Amino acid sequence: MSDQQTITIEVDGKKLEATPGQMLIEVTDAAGITVPRFCYHKKLSVAANCRMCLVEVENAPKPLPACATPVADGMKAWTCSPLARQAQKGTMEFLLINHPLDCPICDQGGECELQDVAMGFGGGLSRFVEGKRVVKSDDIGPLIATDMTRCIHCTRCVRFGDEIAGVREMGATGRGEHMKIGVYVEHTVGSELSGNIIDLCPVGALTSKPFRYRARAWELTTHDSIAAHDGVGSNIHVHVRNHQVMRVVPRENEAVNETWLSDRDRFSYQALYSEDRLEKPLLRKNGKLVEAEWQEALLEAAGILKDADKARLGALVSPSATLEEMHLARKLLAGLGSDNIDYRLRQGDFRAADPAVPWLGQTLSAVERNQAVLLIGSWLRKDQPLLNHRVRKAALAGGRVMTINPVDYDFNFDLADKRICAPSGMVAELAGLARALGADTAGVSADASDAHQRMADALKSAEQGLVLLGSVAQAHTDFTLLRRLAANIAEAAGLDLGFTGEGANSTGAAMLGLGSGLSCGAMVTQGLDACLLLNLEPEADMANPAAAMAMLDNAKVVALSTHLGSGLEAVADVVLPVASFLETAGSFVNMQGDMQSFNGAARPVGEARPAWKVLRVLGNLADVEGFDQESVMDVREELQAAMGEAQPDNRLPEGDAPAPVLGSSDLQRIGGTPIYNTDMLVRRAQALQHTPDAWKAGLRVNPALAQALGLEDGDSVVLRQAEAEITLPLAVDERVPGGCVWMPTGVPGSELLGEGFGAVSLEKA
Amino acid sequence: MKTVIHYIRSLFLLELFKGMSVTGRYLFRKKFTLNYPEEKAPVSPRFRGLHAQRRYPNGEERCIACKLCEAVCPANAITIEAAPREDGSRRTTRYDIDLFKCIFCGFCEESCPVDAIVETRLYEYHFEDTDKAAGNYIMTKEKLLAMGDKYEAQLAEDRAAQAKYR
Repeated sequence: MSDQQTITIEVDGKKLEATPGQMLIEVTDAAGITVPRFCYHKKLSVAANCRMCLVEVENAPKPLPACATPVADGMKAWTCSPLARQAQKGTMEFLLINHPLDCPICDQGGECELQDVAMGFGGGLSRFVEGKRVVKSDDIGPLIATDMTRCIHCTRCVRFGDEIAGVREMGATGRGEHMKIGVYVEHTVGSELSGNIIDLCPVGALTSKPFRYRARAWELTTHDSIAAHDGVGSNIHVHVRNHQVMRVVPRENEAVNETWLSDRDRFSYQALYSEDRLEKPLLRKNGKLVEAEWQEALLEAAGILKDADKARLGALVSPSATLEEMHLARKLLAGLGSDNIDYRLRQGDFRAADPAVPWLGQTLSAVERNQAVLLIGSWLRKDQPLLNHRVRKAALAGGRVMTINPVDYDFNFDLADKRICAPSGMVAELAGLARALGADTAGVSADASDAHQRMADALKSAEQGLVLLGSVAQAHTDFTLLRRLAANIAEAAGLDLGFTGEGANSTGAAMLGLGSGLSCGAMVTQGLDACLLLNLEPEADMANPAAAMAMLDNAKVVALSTHLGSGLEAVADVVLPVASFLETAGSFVNMQGDMQSFNGAARPVGEARPAWKVLRVLGNLADVEGFDQESVMDVREELQAAMGEAQPDNRLPEGDAPAPVLGSSDLQRIGGTPIYNTDMLVRRAQALQHTPDAWKAGLRVNPALAQALGLEDGDSVVLRQAEAEITLPLAVDERVPGGCVWMPTGVPGSELLGEGFGAVSLEKA
Repeated sequence: MKTVIHYIRSLFLLELFKGMSVTGRYLFRKKFTLNYPEEKAPVSPRFRGLHAQRRYPNGEERCIACKLCEAVCPANAITIEAAPREDGSRRTTRYDIDLFKCIFCGFCEESCPVDAIVETRLYEYHFEDTDKAAGNYIMTKEKLLAMGDKYEAQLAEDRAAQAKYR
């Protein structure tokens, strides 16, 4: 069958074009003909078990399910003939036999597919007088509320787990009336995409727990926005009631997030109304932060920035800040004579110049077509859930996915090859692979093993492939060397080189040219007199929290922040409350280079103001020219002019690769940042912090090391890194290689420690 | 001729006496006038007076926070906020009726699936303060439930009397 071939079918007397192999329901959907359905979903396999989409087909003795009937040339079907209508009405009556009529207390009421279809296709009266069945509901975690009595067994959630999330979490047991959908073991829904089954469930069996009973569908106004926690830039609908964000659901965009949304993007809105949300400006008086009026705080902030020595003035901005905020922050600093502004907060190594605009290296949809993907220092599944979904599709289509990681991170697809080594060994692994490919090893001597040869063959035989450096690689102390080796490997194998980056807007920040002055690392080591912080927590968002806090302690700090954490409380001199991404207008550039703009959806909490307006006022108060923008559109036009023709560009600037600095010590730390510790909003989203993916306070070592040190799971241990020392519970984890301690950055306890990699020591407390 | 008859009628005040005869008849009949507030007119079981929220006989509040009354209210007088109670059931955390907005149409009562919000026979109430902060004219959940507790016997009787028409 060739793709170009089209056939003609007739539905309800209308001639429609179709391609052979399509199902009838796909053709009617495309033509806008309504066929009721529950189990059919365009992104899932066909199950045909709800029988709601029965239609009459010519020459068929009985009505056929449109979702499982392939089209044929000259086929004639009727979706609302008396026969089809009768079949649909009968199915509806059967479905309602066991469905409770508790719509008034059901959260799905008002947006329920069963309600809608019953209104359109069901009978008016129930003939059923017998007792209805009741099904016990499992507690499946902090994100999803279950009421399984309402389940109509469409199995969308089961198929989602199987086909999209890649973990069989839900399943059906029993048959007929005894069939029930549940989890095999309680509390196990731990997929990073699990929230999608809330959208998939056509009834109120699976609903959002944080949203439970908070609002009704008809009370909510929908605003379009962009998710701000990973580089995918998922399109979202924000549902708002009384100027408060009530929930976030995905907005379909085939080129970006398809119809899905990661849990991180879905539930992070909870943080907007957390207890430490800033509602008033704060000013340090007599060593303590006290509430102040905007006027006073702004004047103080402008004074600090203006009076600073311009060579020792800098700004650190969150990689999830909007382009508008970044642009104005850079303009403010430029007006004061400094170009020290950086967004690469967690980058562990600045010894070589970065590519002009690091990006994914491919479009997101092209990732699905890769025949080989090499992940270097990346827990892609948790770092970028929806990019991982694309890679998973490539893997399922026969693509070979290989990893070189410091931890045996779990993936939801089979890896063709994996090399797990201590952080200090990653350089040698990459050099070995480069040697096997015959590429330049950047001065690192390494031998190519059989495994390297196998991986090299897989990379070389791929027509299209991707060498992807993840966030763990980026935080690595030898990042520039890893990057050089990865580039050499990609070039030798003829593949694309990609970066996943940090936050929602790191590609945009690079396009704006942030980071051209002193790098983040240089600012921390050289020290600053005055520093502007935009939406970041120095104790959690920096590559080296201890050094960053020490540097900021000696500097005057003006912080624009949505929340007040312990770090800002300790170092900030002025704290100005700003609106979060759901409360302000802005733009993000995602990792494939799309600029996506959005408007504020909700009203900022308290006296918080959009950060771009705060920066504009600061610009005026500091007597800098060009801060008279009247709307966010003015700022956007200005920044687009400033970006000019900047394009995503992963080519590494010429230069010698630095020598590796991370030596192999007795015990080394493995850093990285877990999925629900990446930014200040996510860290405060209560529901996410109770999921299995949330990092439990503590550090992890492998069983062999624990045994050698005489330690057991749950023991209190003292971890020492340089002068820092901290007592934490120990967890035994087989994924950690020998001689290593997995202690990420951004998690509780890591504030006191230094950078994520390097020598540490461990002893029983 | 017409003129003559008119002249005679006017002379003998015939129309006056006709009118006075009506007055005279009613003078000796039973009086319609009620000495309000000592005496009160009878009230229909369908009367739509001040609101109340009912409870089940076991003391559990009926309202399940479905928000249908809020949605149906033509005057937007009802404001509801809901959340799960400790036992996990769906309950209101706030249920306010703004009596200045309310037009006493009874739609809330009609839309309620559990007969929680009802209108009592009570029509004697007043506010002494229009200050929004004081909130005298807001029927809060506490006030509504207290009303319900006070008039439950009457409310139940009225609902029972009307059951066959609903």
